Amino acid sequence: MNRTFSRRRDRLLVYQAMREEKIAFSRRTKCPFCGTESSDLEWNRRLWVCPRCSFHTPVGAYYRLANILDPGSFQELEEGLSPADPLSFPGYPAKLAGLEEETGLKDAAVAALGKIEGRKAVFAVLDSRFLMGSMGTAVGEKVTRAAEYAARKKLPLIIFSASGGARMQEGIFSLMQMAKTAAAIQRFQRGGGLYISCFTHPTTGGVTASFASLGDFLLSEPGALIGFAGPRVIEQTIKEQLPKGFQRAEYLLSHGFLDRIVPRSEWRAVLSQLLALHEKGGRI
Amino acid sequence: MSRYTPEEKVKLARNPGRPGAADFITALFTDFFEQRGDRLSGEDPSILGGIARFHGRPVTVVGHRKGKDLEENLRCNFGMPSPEGYRKAQRLMRQAEKFGRPIITFVDTPGAYPGKEAEERGQGEAIAQCLALMSALEVPVIAVITGEGNSGGALALAVANRVLMLEHAAYSVLSPEGFASILWKDAARAGEACGVMKLTAQDLRRGGIVQGVLREPEEGAHTDWEAVFRTVDAALVKELAALEKLKGPALAKQRYEMFRAMGQNMSLARREET
Ligand SMILES: [Zn+2]
Repeated sequence: MNRTFSRRRDRLLVYQAMREEKIAFSRRTKCPFCGTESSDLEWNRRLWVCPRCSFHTPVGAYYRLANILDPGSFQELEEGLSPADPLSFPGYPAKLAGLEEETGLKDAAVAALGKIEGRKAVFAVLDSRFLMGSMGTAVGEKVTRAAEYAARKKLPLIIFSASGGARMQEGIFSLMQMAKTAAAIQRFQRGGGLYISCFTHPTTGGVTASFASLGDFLLSEPGALIGFAGPRVIEQTIKEQLPKGFQRAEYLLSHGFLDRIVPRSEWRAVLSQLLALHEKGGRI
Repeated sequence: MSRYTPEEKVKLARNPGRPGAADFITALFTDFFEQRGDRLSGEDPSILGGIARFHGRPVTVVGHRKGKDLEENLRCNFGMPSPEGYRKAQRLMRQAEKFGRPIITFVDTPGAYPGKEAEERGQGEAIAQCLALMSALEVPVIAVITGEGNSGGALALAVANRVLMLEHAAYSVLSPEGFASILWKDAARAGEACGVMKLTAQDLRRGGIVQGVLREPEEGAHTDWEAVFRTVDAALVKELAALEKLKGPALAKQRYEMFRAMGQNMSLARREET
């Protein structure tokens, strides 16, 4: 691989990641979970995990990749993929344009080729700053193309989910992305591909009910809210209060829906172990 | 051009007098043998399924069941399935593939049940597995949307080679009430939501989401069941005959490519090559 290019890509990734977090060294930010204030420097040092209560606050897609991938290995895929407005929904294009301006993202997913401890994999990362990481046609298409790319290149697929579910503004076309992504994942897996699905806070609705739940391995960050229906809808339906910790990663683990909970600082080590265990070779 | 507005169609789609899965099975099939249970933990009556003959041909039939009276409504949770229902559907469809039986589904649900136990038992996972399984089945699959098909709970039975839809049925990402309350924080604007959601059979046909629109009696399906049965029967015969010409892998491929194309060209419009 050309070294100049890889250095440039790296600078781009770090720049994107910094832009996402807008680190102001003098600023202090409150934890959305426990309310404790910490300096942004401290937040960043801990990868935006609360120093007090360990709440894993949502982070941007590039920031996440920058902290997981080997330096110099990041190569974005399908970065030109743009959202559509299939319902001609009032105000939607303006909203998309505003979010692109604000976040630097075209839509709520980033796909990339990268390495962890020298092992290549295809990544797709959802970003909750963009309309709650909801899945419209662009997110569905990007996840599908990531799976197809991984199938073509015979590489493992690693997806980090964070999503409020379907993108309402894209109506039925959003719903169909569930079928499309699930089908692409199914085809990839039947071809022998390894798919590791990583839940982050929060992942609900159509993303939970499609590609995110189909991993050969299901992992989650601590405390992540994971579900199909959101807690508010459930409480309105059953007219009672939900128990503490309901739909949190630890709850899913104890109900049999996760393999393991992985703190943010350990993703590299855990993913590296899984990738290594699926490499060919070894003999008894 | 339809004489009903989208909002009026949603009302028609929800009319409790419309024929449901159980009625279609009685009218269109013979020799129905109901299959129950997911073989994991339970039986969910809000999904009705089994084997039967369709014009003499053994098929697997699966559908949402809302129930006909209050007692049955409650037992069937008003057609809102739990994970056990979706896992039963998976079991039946896997078995259909084993025996080479075509699969016919009838879709009519307000959505998957948003309850505490449903979540604990993996509602999202159960729906996801339905989608993945159906996408790769090597037997013909035809889905008929007969009433309201809301959200992932409907799609979980509708990853088919042909998705047919009754003329006044509705198929959408979420109920118009849910849509309005998410986007406008006001469920009372559901009527307005119907107008923008493109949830009518005609809109969906145009958008490539459904492949056939089935004519209903002037005043809606609830006014003349026999006419509806004749229409649905004829459509199923025609589609099944066409699909049975395809071999297993070709059926899976056709279905995959149909869903693969949904929402693809839109994004492509402004795509740059990477
Ligand atoms: Zn905290």
